[in-house]
Amino acid sequence: MDQALLTEVFTRLADGFVTTLEIFALTLLIALPLGLIMSFGSMSKFLPLKYAVRFLVWVVRGSPLMIQLILVFYGPGLLGQWALDLVANGNTNAVIIWLSNIGVMERFVAVIIAFSVNYACYFSEIYRGGIESIPKGQYEAGQVLGMTKTQVFFKVVLMQVVKRIIPPMSNEIITLVKDTSLARVIAVYELIWAGETFIKLKGIIWPLIATAIFYLAFSGLLTFVFGKIEKKLDYYKT
Amino acid sequence: MSVLEVKDLKKSFGKTDVLKGVSFNLEKGEVLSIIGSSGSGKTTILRCINQLETPDSGFISVGGEVFFDGNLEKENTKERRRKQLLVGLVFQDFHLFPQYNVLKNVTLAAELLAKERADYKQNKKAIHDEIIEKAKAILGKVGLSEKLTNYPCELSGGQKQRVSIARALMLEPEVLFFDEPTSALDPELTGEILKVIKSLAEENMTMVIVTHEMSFAKAVSSKVIFMDNGVIEEEGTPEEVFDNPKSQRTKEFISKFSD
Ligand SMILES: Nc1ncnc2c1ncn2[C@@H]1O[C@H](COP(=O)(O)OP(=O)(O)O)[C@@H](O)[C@H]1O
Ligand SMILES: [Mg+2]
Repeated sequence: MDQALLTEVFTRLADGFVTTLEIFALTLLIALPLGLIMSFGSMSKFLPLKYAVRFLVWVVRGSPLMIQLILVFYGPGLLGQWALDLVANGNTNAVIIWLSNIGVMERFVAVIIAFSVNYACYFSEIYRGGIESIPKGQYEAGQVLGMTKTQVFFKVVLMQVVKRIIPPMSNEIITLVKDTSLARVIAVYELIWAGETFIKLKGIIWPLIATAIFYLAFSGLLTFVFGKIEKKLDYYKT
Repeated sequence: MSVLEVKDLKKSFGKTDVLKGVSFNLEKGEVLSIIGSSGSGKTTILRCINQLETPDSGFISVGGEVFFDGNLEKENTKERRRKQLLVGLVFQDFHLFPQYNVLKNVTLAAELLAKERADYKQNKKAIHDEIIEKAKAILGKVGLSEKLTNYPCELSGGQKQRVSIARALMLEPEVLFFDEPTSALDPELTGEILKVIKSLAEENMTMVIVTHEMSFAKAVSSKVIFMDNGVIEEEGTPEEVFDNPKSQRTKEFISKFSD
């Protein structure tokens, strides 16, 4: 095999690999806390908030991530263009003028927004399930012992929630590894695209196989790490 | 002055009137047993006094502090918590914290409270050690010195309930409430709990015990209340209630349980 090709394959795969990792890490960084905030919203006693969050979760979970990516990427730009046309025709409405300044979305930013919101919705349901599964007696025991609501949440409830949500969370996070490849629908050059390039360009398939091995290794590593965490939390039963 | 005063306590859930005007007093060092059939409102009384339910009307005071006087104006949480520490509650099904070992279950609340002390920063170590020593002493008293590092899932029901008693004792409540402390236990394990409660009675701990253990109630209490359908049907000394009940309903209830 010639050296030049090998170098090219590895540079391209490395590019895609970095993008894939960035999407994965940034999505988790945003979606993990955002999901927690959303889960509080979906359990709120303030009904408009509760139903707004649950509606958003229903829409996001009920429609393909691919569509969400396309909408987040093209939507703002098209809206800006529409407003710009109106302004050109003499519309002086302040909102329309403001909207007309919206330019085309940065591709990578669109990917991160779409992924973060999508995964935050899934995570929020997992958090909610975990929090709601903690018996009322745990809260009452804490209250009777003079703890504040915050203390009860962080010192009594949270660890039990973490234990319960580790298995479903690890499933979602492993799915995220594979979902990152969807970024290509709005032309973000991720790993699979990088691999596929060589089929089209050079008629060789092994770079694509190499990407598959990367995904396997990555999800294998995550399975291992989550298994360890689960084991670590196995010292008690609820 | 009575350490616990309850006057004309009323509470309903939706359309069901669960407490229809319950009044009683308890002096320091007294032990009150509350008996009565299931659904008569015993748990609701304890929950109202322990601030887990808000009564509809009536009056509750503990240690001279007014817990409830029908005034629904929201009390600030700090006041509420301060009062909360005057009472302790032992639940029927323990509600231990599963992720902490026995010792930590008992020390957790005390450690959190200590953090609010003005001198916590300077005396951290001493305060911490003091809490641990106190918890160990209490756990020793309930016979659990050997189980300090065990987790609740590794304990028998009786041991769990003793941890939960130790957990409540740790905060030195003015009045300690028990809601059927032996009902979730296998019959052969009830004895160890009753023994612990008896020893507390001998130390003049003020207690209110909801129980179906009639001979225990008779032996340990200074006062007995028979609840029926949301009202106090009969009250008096154990001898009066158990040996010479005045009301027909009390007679029927007691004869059902004594065999
Ligand atoms: N949170 C609640 N919501 C509705 N009904 C309740 C609630 N708590 C208790 N009850 C009802 O109040 C009645 C008395 O309950 P409780 O105080 O638990 O009785 P006891 O402890 O004597 O068995 C029962 O009929 C019960 O169903
Ligand atoms: Mg009850």
